Amino acid sequence: MRGGSAAGGLAAALALLAIWQGVVWATAVAPFILPSPLRVAQALWTSRALIAEHGAITLVEVLAGLALGAILGAGTAIQLALSPLARRLLLPALVFSQAVPVFALAPILTLWMGYGIGSKILMTVLIIYFPVTSAFYDGLRRTDPALLDLSAVMGGSRWSELMRLRVPAALPDLASGLRLAAVYAPIGAVIGEWVGASKGLGYLMLLANGRAKTDLMFAALFVLALGAVLLYVLLGLAARRLERWSRTGR
Amino acid sequence: MQPPGLRLTGRLDLVPGEGGGPPLPPLALSAPAGRWTCLLGPSGVGKSTLLRLLAGLPTGVGFAGEASDDAGRPLDGRVSWMAQSDLLLPWLSVSENVVLGARLRRERPDRARAREMIEAVGLGPHAAKTPSELSGGMRQRAALARLLMEDRPVALLDEPFGALDVRTRAEMQALAFRALAGRTVLLVTHDAHEAARLGHRILLLTESGLVEAEPPAGEPIRDPAGAEVLAAQASLTRRLLSRDPVAEARA
Repeated sequence: MRGGSAAGGLAAALALLAIWQGVVWATAVAPFILPSPLRVAQALWTSRALIAEHGAITLVEVLAGLALGAILGAGTAIQLALSPLARRLLLPALVFSQAVPVFALAPILTLWMGYGIGSKILMTVLIIYFPVTSAFYDGLRRTDPALLDLSAVMGGSRWSELMRLRVPAALPDLASGLRLAAVYAPIGAVIGEWVGASKGLGYLMLLANGRAKTDLMFAALFVLALGAVLLYVLLGLAARRLERWSRTGR
Repeated sequence: MQPPGLRLTGRLDLVPGEGGGPPLPPLALSAPAGRWTCLLGPSGVGKSTLLRLLAGLPTGVGFAGEASDDAGRPLDGRVSWMAQSDLLLPWLSVSENVVLGARLRRERPDRARAREMIEAVGLGPHAAKTPSELSGGMRQRAALARLLMEDRPVALLDEPFGALDVRTRAEMQALAFRALAGRTVLLVTHDAHEAARLGHRILLLTESGLVEAEPPAGEPIRDPAGAEVLAAQASLTRRLLSRDPVAEARA
């Protein structure tokens, strides 16, 4: 089944490339408007060092943002689950914060934190914080009430009840939050780079676009998309392992 | 270990606003020390609620009265509880599930005793397995080992054998009866046969209140296919069907 879907994806990608090449041939469109896949592949090869350098920066931003966002999000969810005061204070603020388009904050973040990777990491954190928090908190809230009864009769403390029952039972929910985060994290980093940066794939794309090096722009975009898919697949595997463990202990 | 008896007196406002049936008359439930008391009744009549009151668990219904031991002292820390669902943590092995209580109280688990309890319920060879690798009956045995591990003088059992097939249920009843000897047990059940087999004392709870029924002759645990048990099952079933066993008992 999985081999089949991989083969299907490959076939779809090849078909897309063929259509793309066909359109370029048929319309004889100028390369700076739409370069052929072949030209993009050439640009990818000749500029590989440049793309790798900028790609590494973006990778660091995405991974750091993901790690920080996941830790902050999980910590907030646990706080919310533990303390009614935190629920009263934090929940409305969290929901309200979602009404603010995070993208609109990017210029401010750049203004405050400069052109370095800090503002991009923060942007990524801001984008994934909510999905992680809300998925994990939902899971923590849905603990089987009978399990909590059992813990109460056994004289369990609130903390160990949380760490030994509620958190392990909610790990699959945290995993689905992280899956979403894997999709959002590269978007956050690239938006941060678009607003103001001197390095990174987003910056490279903007730069290439401005100089009508559309083939380089597409090459950078290709690497970005590839990285994002890879991240999604890897985190998906990790998430599946968490779910399995929570269900069967293995 | 001298186990306490149980006492629950008061008035229960069952499911406020729902059904609109007449409120239950005031209840007076008592369970003698060191014996099995079976609380028999149809679903939704409040059996589990009474058990939860004794266990000190939230019930979501109004209760004016008190639940205590027979000397009027609170039962805190002296009860153990077992439900119809085994409540084993799927990510822990049987032996880790059995020591859950100690873990939750942040005590050091007594491994040797845990092994003993697991042996006692016949799960010795399966101690390292996780619940997903066990049958329903085996999972309920693991839950029983967890309850025994708690070593509390009172055991409150909420239809723990309800989901098992006839043979597994009979085996589990015998095992639990043996293992819980000397403790005060209150078993909630809707199975007249189970009550007839296990009860030193049988209480019937229906919409019209709580009433005591005569247990079959002989000491429990009784022969599940014996004539006394089957006769008692028939009479208990009749009373459950009559809808007003209180009036019938008076008559």
